[in-house]
Amino acid sequence: MPILLSVLKIGFIVVLLSIKALTAEAAIDVYDFNTPEQEKRFQTLTEELRCPKCQNQTLADSNADISKDLKARIYTLMSEGKSDEEITDYLVERYGDFVRYRPPVNPLTLLLWFGPLVLFLSTAFILLWRLRRMTKTPPEDTPTDATRLHDVIRQYSDHTPQ
Amino acid sequence: MLAEVGHFSLIIALSVALLQATLPLWGAHRNYTLWMAVARPAALVQFLFVVLAFVSLIALFLQNDFTVSYVAMQSNSHLPYWYKISAVWGGHEGSLLLWVLILAGWSAAVAVFSSTLPLDAVSRILAVMGWISIGFLLFILLTSNPFDRLLPNFPLDGNDLNPLLQDVGLIIHPPTLYMGYVGFSVVFAFSIAGLLSGQLDSAWARWSRPWTLIAWCFLTVGIALGSWWAYYELGWGGWWFWDPVENASVMPWLSGTALLHALSVTEKRKVFKAWTVMLAIITFSLSLLGTFLVRSGVLTSVHAFANDPERGLFILGFLAIVVGGSLTLFAFRASLFQVQGRYQLLSRETLLMLGNLLLMVATFAVLLGTLFPLISDALNFGKLSVGPPYFNLVFTPLAFAALLLMGAAPFIQWKKQEISSLIFSLRWQALLAVVLGIAVPWLYFDRIYWQVVLATGFSVWLAISMLKDLKNKTCHGTHFFAGLAALSRSYKGMILAHSGIAVLVIGACYTSFYSTEMNVRLQTNDSVTINEFRYVWLGVKTRQEQNYIATVGQVDVYRGDSLFARLYPEKRVYTVRQNVMTEAAIDGSLMRDLYVAMGDSFDDGAWALRISHKPFVRWVWLGALISALGGGLALTDRRFRLQRAASSAAAEGGAPGLKVNA
Amino acid sequence: MNQKKTWLYLLPLLVFVVLGALLLNSLGKDPQLLPSAKIGKSLPNFKLPVLGEEGSFISAEQLKGQVFMLNVWATWCPSCRIEHPVLNQLAAEGVIIYGLNYKDTPDDALNYLQTLGNPYKKVISDTRGDLGLDLGVYGAPETYLVDANGIIIYRHVGVVTQENWLSTLKPLLEQSRHTGTDERGKK
Repeated sequence: MPILLSVLKIGFIVVLLSIKALTAEAAIDVYDFNTPEQEKRFQTLTEELRCPKCQNQTLADSNADISKDLKARIYTLMSEGKSDEEITDYLVERYGDFVRYRPPVNPLTLLLWFGPLVLFLSTAFILLWRLRRMTKTPPEDTPTDATRLHDVIRQYSDHTPQ
Repeated sequence: MLAEVGHFSLIIALSVALLQATLPLWGAHRNYTLWMAVARPAALVQFLFVVLAFVSLIALFLQNDFTVSYVAMQSNSHLPYWYKISAVWGGHEGSLLLWVLILAGWSAAVAVFSSTLPLDAVSRILAVMGWISIGFLLFILLTSNPFDRLLPNFPLDGNDLNPLLQDVGLIIHPPTLYMGYVGFSVVFAFSIAGLLSGQLDSAWARWSRPWTLIAWCFLTVGIALGSWWAYYELGWGGWWFWDPVENASVMPWLSGTALLHALSVTEKRKVFKAWTVMLAIITFSLSLLGTFLVRSGVLTSVHAFANDPERGLFILGFLAIVVGGSLTLFAFRASLFQVQGRYQLLSRETLLMLGNLLLMVATFAVLLGTLFPLISDALNFGKLSVGPPYFNLVFTPLAFAALLLMGAAPFIQWKKQEISSLIFSLRWQALLAVVLGIAVPWLYFDRIYWQVVLATGFSVWLAISMLKDLKNKTCHGTHFFAGLAALSRSYKGMILAHSGIAVLVIGACYTSFYSTEMNVRLQTNDSVTINEFRYVWLGVKTRQEQNYIATVGQVDVYRGDSLFARLYPEKRVYTVRQNVMTEAAIDGSLMRDLYVAMGDSFDDGAWALRISHKPFVRWVWLGALISALGGGLALTDRRFRLQRAASSAAAEGGAPGLKVNA
Repeated sequence: MNQKKTWLYLLPLLVFVVLGALLLNSLGKDPQLLPSAKIGKSLPNFKLPVLGEEGSFISAEQLKGQVFMLNVWATWCPSCRIEHPVLNQLAAEGVIIYGLNYKDTPDDALNYLQTLGNPYKKVISDTRGDLGLDLGVYGAPETYLVDANGIIIYRHVGVVTQENWLSTLKPLLEQSRHTGTDERGKK
């Protein structure tokens, strides 16, 4: 049993050694653009699209072969005059919504897009409304001397730890 | 031998933790002083043995002991010694040991610095922390033991530390981050202790605050360091990606910020008690959730450790017990919470409540976005991704709203504020905010964006409010600086901390909208111009280092006709793993960074380069640091020290505990 | 009032339980595994050279009328070598397999097939990866199951083994053969 474990562990290390581990290679593909606006457009597009195979990287930053291919395809589509939406749809058609870092707006993602806003507004409304109701009703106990004394004693005991 | 020492120390630490978690808890319940007295020594002894284990692991790395599997995976004999030490926490097992070390450290700190706390409180607090230690120690011993051996067949040399991690960032970022994450366990333990004993009064809030504040400061710095490290190390020039692991660290930060403010209100005004306790539970739960997300393999991330669903299951089980248990306790102790103070609709209490709500909605948004791919997959709607476009869109208005509230706060009184006098106080502030919000970006840059206008406007709003408030508070007779010195450090800390946030928002906004980036192909002596800088590419040289070979490029940067800077971007090939790494060259200054990274070379000798001009990017980290400094300053407030001195005298006298309900 | 309060205070716990269930459900799943966006859609139009047949071309139309597996492979892909014997065996059993030689050099590919055996009825030579991109290929090996009308019914990512052939791929192919007629019009 111990021998098996050691063999497995060595095997694991061998596999590790042969896998190309994480790299920080800047993915710098150079394309020629007619105008800086075009270049900016390409940049934005590739920054909002995901490499289908990497560990959470945009097409712009990924050096994987598939990313290079996709960037080349986007460049071609751009030179054919396709719009941003058409280019995104083109890729989604082939790779699914996974490649979009900006999730689509559909019945499922309504929760995502509007959830926080709805949560904030509804909670704020409820809290403020309850607060308003509480402060509109007169306080149950009008402070008397006894209550005030009690408060003072409490205050003192609050400042000294038990 | 050393590995066995380390392993055995962990087992002893676990046994001690078991004692720490059980005896004092029962002792507090039944008032057995002897059992309660176990708490402090147990925490200290546990810390001792965890330190022993940790030091053993460091020694194993320094000795190049590749019979130990973890050392073989993470290290190499050619690694410089400072990286051998930091490689200890470069992988899953070692970083967990660091977690446990820091947790034991915080427990020991609580044991030492709690002389003003009654014994039953200390017992419960340390017992809770003991339970958390048990969980993590078990996790290490059962699934992730760094001391496992590889005998009899072990490699002659190790696998080397991932080159991305061979950087000073690894030395400081994880320890700082963990100090924050784990530090929230203290206020969590305080809350559980309070729920168990029924004593959740102002004193409880006051005692919890410094511990929470220290953890918060560390977490702020830790996150900022991580962002800074990614910026210069990863070669793509970004500083935040809303990656799941990054989000795992920012969620406890947001919640922790809300907690800090809620604690302050609970202490001063005796309201929000239930909310504060729940926030303490939530914040630490988010820390634990972060640990789960990073190590379980359910989400994809460049930063994740080796993914193992079996380990994930253990952590999930642990989460169920800790979080589920504490939330159940919370629900059952609902009767403890009765509202004491009263306040009007327009009051500082309401303002802080709204601020808390903002922070928690932000936390919710980040959590939702991070987990949404899992939700979509679980409901069989397929796989989708949620990235920066979503998070930026949702987060930005929340940040602006926070600035708005921060800037109005000084002029809204506790309990009740007249709306007419509020509007009167704020009129100039509002006007200047609008005017400068448009004018500043317009004058500084050639184009304006509404997000930048808003960011500038809200920051101006906040800045003016602080100046005005300072003036109001120091105008009583004496000299300004004397007045300034007289202000409490707590208040000055708050000013700094809030300013830091404004600085951060400005930096984030401006750099996002006004950065210019170009991917170019240059032959030797070719140049390219961005804004007022001309970058001339001068070819490459080779350089051999201890464990890598570098191809070093040279870029001369001219402003006008004079040489402004000389940049040396690199491409490195690390000899053991054969990784290729890009080291960007950065000329950094307060107002802008010049960023150059090398790509690949072409057949004709030309090189691909990415050249970026990033205005205000340093304001992001500067802002975070200023905030952390503000927190640190507030920590040194006399109130905390005086209270300790006075209370220790009272505690000696042993006044019987007044069970004050809520 | 107290009842309402307990409910409110139980809310965080409830939220946590839902969260825990979600996380439990997600454990063990591969977050990197991409389902194909092309399931239920027809094979993309293409006209590419056939490997080893000089001057000969193949198109999507020519592949209609039979249920087959389309195996994406390349000589630079180590896992493809691992699954190759299995493919040889399936081909010997009569399974129709077409190959898609993805971003490879034709000469290398021919050598590879000569050495390791050729299970493919025909091999589409996609040197630029255009058909791969249209299919949504993101790595090798991948195997597509296509029905007689040219509709893609399934995509398998990774190596084909006897296990997944018997448990997943074979049943799907048989099912498609039996239901046979018009899947067209269905999305």
